[in-house]
Amino acid sequence: MGTTFTVFIKEVVDNIRDRRTLMSALLMGPIFGPLLFAFVINLSIERSLENAEQTLELPVIGAQRAPNLVSFLRSRNIDAVGGPADLDAAMEAVKTGEHDVILVIPEDFAEQLAGMTPALVRIVSDQANRDADRDARRLRGAVRDYGQLLSGLRIVARGVNPRALQAINIDEVDVSTPSGRSAILLGMMSYFFIFASLMGGMYLAIDTTAGERERGSLEPLLSLPVTRSQLIFGKIAATCLFMALSMLLSLTAFYFALGFMPLEQLGMTPNFGVPVVLATFLIFLPFVLLGSALMTLVASFTKSYREAQTWLSVVLLAPTLPILVVSILMLRPRTEFMFIPSLSQHLLLVDMVKNEPINALHVAISVLSTLFIGIVLTLLCARLYRREGLLG
Amino acid sequence: MISVRDIHKAFGKVRAVRGVSFDAPDGKITGLLGPNGAGKSTTLRILYTVLEPDAGTAHVDGIDVVSDQLAARKRLGALPHGSGLYPHLTARENIEYFARLCRVDKAEIPDRIAEIVRLLEIEDFADRRTKGFSHGQRTKVALARSLVHDPRNIILDEPTSGLDVMATRSLRELILKLRNEGRCVLFSSHIMQEVAALCDDICIIAHGRVAIDDSIDGIRERTGCEDIEDAFVEAIQLVEPA
Repeated sequence: MGTTFTVFIKEVVDNIRDRRTLMSALLMGPIFGPLLFAFVINLSIERSLENAEQTLELPVIGAQRAPNLVSFLRSRNIDAVGGPADLDAAMEAVKTGEHDVILVIPEDFAEQLAGMTPALVRIVSDQANRDADRDARRLRGAVRDYGQLLSGLRIVARGVNPRALQAINIDEVDVSTPSGRSAILLGMMSYFFIFASLMGGMYLAIDTTAGERERGSLEPLLSLPVTRSQLIFGKIAATCLFMALSMLLSLTAFYFALGFMPLEQLGMTPNFGVPVVLATFLIFLPFVLLGSALMTLVASFTKSYREAQTWLSVVLLAPTLPILVVSILMLRPRTEFMFIPSLSQHLLLVDMVKNEPINALHVAISVLSTLFIGIVLTLLCARLYRREGLLG
Repeated sequence: MISVRDIHKAFGKVRAVRGVSFDAPDGKITGLLGPNGAGKSTTLRILYTVLEPDAGTAHVDGIDVVSDQLAARKRLGALPHGSGLYPHLTARENIEYFARLCRVDKAEIPDRIAEIVRLLEIEDFADRRTKGFSHGQRTKVALARSLVHDPRNIILDEPTSGLDVMATRSLRELILKLRNEGRCVLFSSHIMQEVAALCDDICIIAHGRVAIDDSIDGIRERTGCEDIEDAFVEAIQLVEPA
């Protein structure tokens, strides 16, 4: 125990003195993540709010043929402006990105309208362009509304109640709560926490094997009257400390960053107060051991520091996989999911953010199974540390 | 006292050591001499227990280095080739770390370090971080580190390689001092002159086998060469390549 503690202290001191590495580990991961997250969310909120209100300047070809349509569009905040000469020019203009959406009113529009034939209008847009697609949808909706208005008027003229056209009335009841809605967005947080903690311990994990070897300090260390297990346990403990620290920083950063996000405007009130932050930390803590042992294990197979960095970036991505699969398939939390590290922590966090009751059994399974895998990996590291191949 | 009996070690198809035997008694400096790739480092690495031999035995003060690694390491101070330090720790902290790992009595550590710092003449830079140390400074600190637990047996793998004349000279003096304290010093080199100047016994190995194990005069006599370099070249010819 004394020896393990000596190794632990030395690794901690060594890592703290390595300012640059420490900065990148403790600042980049935990602080940069939430900042980026806040920035992206703010931007997308602002944009979605902007678009609905903003006046859409719409090039219209043949506006003089449909003055009523044009004034209807103006009431919908869509202003007609002069466009290209003809349909071909319009298509070319959209293709080159000069305009996003163009409305074309053919010559026989008025004639068709008067003759009760469905009157043709063309909307030229590039549907692969998401921005343009949103404008096109807005225009399509407005034109459709205008069409319905006309049909209504026609039916009234024939003495029929326009409501006869509306056979079904849909009323959607949304049971999601403001906290629940935020879970979709804030579920992404769990990955940031995992990422931050892995980043915080990555350099130490590499240093345990590849780093010591590259520096030439591994052989002297291994020739001391100390068991390999004592060395590896001390090193993994130090890695865990920095991972936990990094995660705590990340949680704190998120806690403050959420204050700057206009989430209420999206109808979200995430349940992410101090008690939830602390609970999240405790629930994610077992993952720290697992991550630390996993990174140390992977790094021990590599021949150099560089190679270790390459492989560990794969490890950084691995925990997203289960989260991604479950998010895409929209699976609900299940007891068996609690056996999968990273996923179980993610699901528990989502539940907490949604302000839903936490299943104690789920917590117990998550903590114990993650810890168990972490311990197995740690023992595996100790075993591999005895390999001769370690010397490279 | 170190004794090696018929050890073998192969890395895949490369048979690095093919039956090396020798003794390194207390109070003597034994030189392991051989060209690059002769199996010197592999032999020493087996002795300081980071490698295990495929066959044969090796003992340090009668302790088997395979079956009782920890006890053997306790009696050994090893300076592996190209030993590195922890750049963010000072020289003193580097030494202290090893002292703690070797379980030197906590109360004795400061005195012990002061003594070794004086012995190796590293007072001037003892409290500086080792990042940016010259090769000579690094070697001295690494050596101090491996001597801090007062081992009776000292293994040095090419300690003088890359050192300048002054550093080499002070290292030689230190090796002599350690020998005169009655310790067993085993060191490897590929430079005949250096080994001849320092060693009481010389074990020339080539292609993983012992060519000659004798005193410097004995080697001159057996090879019939007066010039030590000629004697070295002659001795190497005695071993068939693997």
